[in-house]
Amino acid sequence: MKSNFLKYLVLVIYLSLLLIPIYWMLNISLKPNLETQTKITYIPETLTFESYGKIFGSNQWRLTFLQTFAYVLLNVGIVMLVSIPAAYAFSRHDFWAKNHLFFWLLTNRMAPGAAFALPIFILFSELRLTDNVLGVSLAHCMFNVPLAIWILEGFMSSIPKQIDETAFIDGYGFLGFFRKIFLPLIAPGLGVTAFFSFMFSWVELLLSTTLTSVKVKPIAATLSISLSAAGWDWGVIAAAGVLTMIPGAIVIYFVRDYMVKGFSLGRV
Amino acid sequence: MKNMRVLFLLLPALVIMFLIAVVPLITVFNYSLLDLFAGTFAEPVGWQNYVSTLRDPAFMSSIKKQFLFTFIVILIEIPLGIGLAFTLPKQKTSWSVIALILLGIPLLIPWNVVGIMWRVFTRPDVGLLPVIMSKLGVVYNPAVNGGQAWWTMVAMDVWHWTPLVILLSYAGLNSIPQEFYQAAKIDAASIWSTFRYITLPKLKYVLVIGLLLRVMDSFKMYDETFLLTAGGPGNATELLSIYTAKAARGSNYGFSSAVSLVYLFIVIVLCFILYKTVMSIGEASK
Repeated sequence: MKSNFLKYLVLVIYLSLLLIPIYWMLNISLKPNLETQTKITYIPETLTFESYGKIFGSNQWRLTFLQTFAYVLLNVGIVMLVSIPAAYAFSRHDFWAKNHLFFWLLTNRMAPGAAFALPIFILFSELRLTDNVLGVSLAHCMFNVPLAIWILEGFMSSIPKQIDETAFIDGYGFLGFFRKIFLPLIAPGLGVTAFFSFMFSWVELLLSTTLTSVKVKPIAATLSISLSAAGWDWGVIAAAGVLTMIPGAIVIYFVRDYMVKGFSLGRV
Repeated sequence: MKNMRVLFLLLPALVIMFLIAVVPLITVFNYSLLDLFAGTFAEPVGWQNYVSTLRDPAFMSSIKKQFLFTFIVILIEIPLGIGLAFTLPKQKTSWSVIALILLGIPLLIPWNVVGIMWRVFTRPDVGLLPVIMSKLGVVYNPAVNGGQAWWTMVAMDVWHWTPLVILLSYAGLNSIPQEFYQAAKIDAASIWSTFRYITLPKLKYVLVIGLLLRVMDSFKMYDETFLLTAGGPGNATELLSIYTAKAARGSNYGFSSAVSLVYLFIVIVLCFILYKTVMSIGEASK
């Protein structure tokens, strides 16, 4: 009993430490800049939603959030469309150079964006894919497609092969089997994969800012306007930070049971 | 017939990956062999760009910093993560669900926001950490003190990624049948040998995965460091990705392409070793 209490205590202390930086950002987003800059207050003395108002009232910010949602959702769509069949092939079939191909996919997940930003920019300029939403969503496939194939393969391989065989014997065609039997079975996997594609596209800064300039501005780009302008607008920066956390915070509730599987690329 | 189906299933993914990964890679390789300045003139120079990369003291120093950084964060995050995984209740209660969700939060915050949050948290003018430190009698200013900037970056990474190790270890721990521990109790095994002979072997697989992910992501980490310190003060926190991005912003395309490829090569070799380990342990545990 005593050791249990100690466990709780350690966990509670750790979780509190975890929340302090988040709390500080929330705190700053809720007070006027003057208060932020002149004194340290642990709870806002003057509670204000002014910074959030500035964001929602600004056309640039509204456009930015819409465009970001647009390329993120487009990316998730493309990723799911190409990754589901590919993951099925990896999970169910043996073919030439399979393991090498699987590892090669992973190398793209590790590939540092910094190394690829320039060539992708040059290629996309020629294809007229810069400064538009489709271009960014395609570029994000570089790390999201490998990620999705890995996670989905993990989920698919935990479904016994006999299910496929039985369905085919029962007279299902390939597409019918896929839609009516297989996809529902891996539904949690589909959810987790979509969620991680969404997240990683949402958080990416380097490629999305490299590929865009005037018409399309990712959150990171609009944020850096408030960062570099004379005198930082602390409230707006903090409020934008808080707002970008919200999609993740909402979805985490739904994927909580499968979160680990997603983070371990479907391997646990 | 079967091969045709495999090809058909793989084709869409392969076409996309070819376009956005293979074509740029070929372009970078091509550039790396040229004397290419802002795209104005191109002259083949053989391996010259690679020689200058490897001779650049700033590059070598960023490699050293990168390895040191990865080594330190792994050394902290993995033991800390295993230890904290033991404190999570095994049964599913509302408390354990809350704890799991809270643990997930740092992992799901956009990476640039992690950098901004830590910057706001540690700035001497608006941050909380400098206030706490000064109450402890320490002058803390990562904007001018390279050592402090370095440890702030480590703290940020530990804050950000220890939850991942906790979640992985927790999943590993939950896969160990309770009977194993009862048997160990009956045999009067010590806490250490129970850990050493029952828990650790089962955790091995998830830990190698954790290691693979941490090496991979700490080597490509860019957004957080860029917003926290941008490599500064001086180049105290200039890890490989910051160095590479800096090189890419210069107009010497040939040189920056060579840098990118050396960088990629290091990451791939490291991860290949870890990947082989993951796969062999994964096979063994099946």
